[in-house]
Amino acid sequence: MTEPVRKQAGLLLEEPLIFERSRPGRAAFALEGEVESAEQLLPTELRRASIDGFPEVSEPEVLRHFLRLSQWNLGTATTFYPLGSCTMKYNPVVNEAIARLPGFARLHPLTPDELAQGQLELMWELERCLAEVCGMDAISLQPAAGAQGELSGMKMVRAYHVERGRARKKVLIPASAHGTNPASAALAGYSVVPVEGNRVGLLETDAVRRAMDDDVAALMITNPNTLGLFEREIVQIAEVVHAKGGLVYLDGANLNALMGIAKPGHMGADVLQFNLHKTFSTPHGGGGPGAGPIGVRASLMPYLPTPRLVRDGNGIRWSEAFPQSIGRVRSFHGNAGMHVRAYAYILALGGDGLTLATQMAVLAANYIRRSLESTYHVAVPAVCMHECVLSDKGMEAHGVKTLDIAKRLLDFGFYAPTIYFPLVVSGALMIEPTETESKETLDEFIAAMQQIAREARESPDTVRNAPTRTPVTRLDEARAARRPVLRWRRESGVVSRES
Amino acid sequence: MRFIPHTPEDVRAMLATVGVASVAELFADVPAALRERARLDLPPGASESAVRARLESLAARNPGAACLSFLGAGAYPHFVPAVVDQILQRAEFYSAYTPYQPEVSQGTLQAIFEFQSLVAMLFDCDVANASMYDGASATAEAVLMALRVRPKRRKVLVSRALHPQYRQVITTYLEGAGDVEVIEINFDATGATDQGALAAALDDGTAAVVVGYPNFFGVLEPLDAIVTAAHARGAVVVSATAETLALGAAKAPGTSGVDIVVGEGQSLGGALNYGGPGVGLFATRSEHVRLMPGRLVGETVDGDGRRGYVLTLATREQHIRREKATSNICTNQGLMALAVTVHLSMIGRQGLRTLALTNLQRAHAAATALCATNRWTRRFSGAIFNEFVIAGSDARAAVDAARGRGVLAGVPLGTWYPELDDSVLVCATEIHAESDIAMLAEVLR
Repeated sequence: MTEPVRKQAGLLLEEPLIFERSRPGRAAFALEGEVESAEQLLPTELRRASIDGFPEVSEPEVLRHFLRLSQWNLGTATTFYPLGSCTMKYNPVVNEAIARLPGFARLHPLTPDELAQGQLELMWELERCLAEVCGMDAISLQPAAGAQGELSGMKMVRAYHVERGRARKKVLIPASAHGTNPASAALAGYSVVPVEGNRVGLLETDAVRRAMDDDVAALMITNPNTLGLFEREIVQIAEVVHAKGGLVYLDGANLNALMGIAKPGHMGADVLQFNLHKTFSTPHGGGGPGAGPIGVRASLMPYLPTPRLVRDGNGIRWSEAFPQSIGRVRSFHGNAGMHVRAYAYILALGGDGLTLATQMAVLAANYIRRSLESTYHVAVPAVCMHECVLSDKGMEAHGVKTLDIAKRLLDFGFYAPTIYFPLVVSGALMIEPTETESKETLDEFIAAMQQIAREARESPDTVRNAPTRTPVTRLDEARAARRPVLRWRRESGVVSRES
Repeated sequence: MRFIPHTPEDVRAMLATVGVASVAELFADVPAALRERARLDLPPGASESAVRARLESLAARNPGAACLSFLGAGAYPHFVPAVVDQILQRAEFYSAYTPYQPEVSQGTLQAIFEFQSLVAMLFDCDVANASMYDGASATAEAVLMALRVRPKRRKVLVSRALHPQYRQVITTYLEGAGDVEVIEINFDATGATDQGALAAALDDGTAAVVVGYPNFFGVLEPLDAIVTAAHARGAVVVSATAETLALGAAKAPGTSGVDIVVGEGQSLGGALNYGGPGVGLFATRSEHVRLMPGRLVGETVDGDGRRGYVLTLATREQHIRREKATSNICTNQGLMALAVTVHLSMIGRQGLRTLALTNLQRAHAAATALCATNRWTRRFSGAIFNEFVIAGSDARAAVDAARGRGVLAGVPLGTWYPELDDSVLVCATEIHAESDIAMLAEVLR
């Protein structure tokens, strides 16, 4: 017997694991007809009994279980979610309905092209729109996420060099880059050479020139960078890289700062990835599915993943006829359901709307930065782009750290910014408000941050012991890593706590 | 703009706080030469109703979505209980992100913990991760992991009966990963990997053997024998299951001793969506957990001793280890993992078995009906789940003719296998009624 469920406060209810709700013989699903005899269609050695431990729960209980779990989550739909570098903008509800239209949702990926012309036109048009936004010559929608887009892009860089005689060995990456950049470069077979930024965190042409030789395959650069600053020397930097035969990979994670303002293709970028779940409003889904299309300049076009869309008098079709391609990075045609949502978003905003989104995102970030610069240390006290970076500098005296500030924000009903990133700022808090948050919301967040700073001075334990108004209090992450329990197990009827 | 709340009054007040005279001034750091060329040549914005009308007209131009279809080959049409999509449409789930702040992400975290538990049970493995992009890239990542498990070995044997697209993705991922030799092992008359050819190719330099289960031809590979042969030479076995529902009736790969078990979870609660998003499943033995790619959720307690869940063992990951990480994965397929979790909770212990056996029954009924036409024969003799290969003269023309009658009868195999130009891959699931199967036999007669 399990203990009776213990209620928490108000609307927050405790909820056991679905396996603990199971009772032998309960079920939420049945089919007509008798099928047990079908087991004989399998050879004896391949048969399997029903799976011990699998849920046995009725439909109302399944629904209640997952509804309760949902209520333990914050998301952009419920609150301000200023997770820096992730561009947590509003996900338009209509896009969820559109993606579920049977014409899209029930379409099999191997449907003959002539019976899927609507889907292909959508993808064709989305490619054109993305190319326009970033100033590139061609797009592949195949990669499943930003990191897979990076990997695809770096594999194309490799293919480009291999075809010109040798793959080269190194990739230059600024110290402020996302971790995915060095990991993607390594996965594509390159060693990583870090390049330091200047005093304010910008990359300087001279630093790139010093690091650049004919063994460098590419520079991977994020623009705006992870400090929220536009890399002012990007055009000259790209020229230096190109002069030595290298390529420029631009991480498009921060594209929400650039729409209608500057195009990576004009900056000298040869290849970039888009994160449709950031810039183009497709849901983040608690960690996916995202979508990470890539854009390239003409020189890299032959290496794009296959199949690629081609158009002729008979309509649009998939073609594999690209012998220099890096090949496939995933099955079928990418996260097509996300392509539908991103296209609907671009249609809704149009060119002017996308530009306005960028302008308001940048205005909001600067509004937060200016409003908090007298309370918190700002990493770079200058106009920023779509995000700003604060730190816990000056809080040490009260024994309060960035982690504590983040946890205290949860008590105020906000999600926390990205913390301890970028690595170039000690104790960083990376705040990205996006364009979809109202001034009132920003003001509430600013007020909460100011109150936390006051608490840090006057009653630091309030901050150090946070959160206290959440479904659970601060979780012991060290214990989780020290004694990993990674799944539920039933052993002789007793719930086990060990993996 | 209806998703952007700022009124002219708000903008004025915010500009005043920032201390600039105009929005344009915020972009002073961007060189003028770039700004001057940046205008977007895109149509103006559109209302919700106009956007919806445009997308509805595109959806209407996908008649293939409404055809009677027997296409499988890595994406499967299945019934999904209404509860699943109701939960997926909870914005609390879909509008959250990677649960870096566990205290306000327990919904996502507990659901992923349940997902990991379900996948581990389904595969009969010790531990599963929080999901991968899809089955194909999960297979490629499994091969990379096998090379970490056996760092001194540089040879990988891949069954030709593994899904061709999975094989293509393995090839792509291995390019640049050092000098890894990929050797393809042919299939035999059963439709399974040729055991003799496998034994001949296995040696002390073999890091991994990769097979499908069921494989691309729908055939359940003899995993016991493959594992015995591979382990005798110290090689790691990777199995890839594109149709995971099969494991509701067929022996789990982990039971046979497969070391890294991967798969595609689209069958379990996901729509077809033209092939994406799917969800990659990835499981292995406890001793390899630190070599595993992707995210992991673990159980712990809070300050009051209450049970809770957190992301854990992150030192394997890119945001900590950078170029030394086990993979570059950041975002995976969280919401699709939730779909699998809700779906399996709904289908349940007995339902999963019933559903799997129903698929088995329908596929055999379809194969029997097609062979009864005397035009077609079964190409392979091995045990199948819900897909099978038929062979007959003018196979491609027959499939084209069926399409003319509104039926997508199957996937011609000549494109991928020149020697199977006379063959078609056909899939039947619980959604196909007896009358549908009769229709299939009728149009392929």
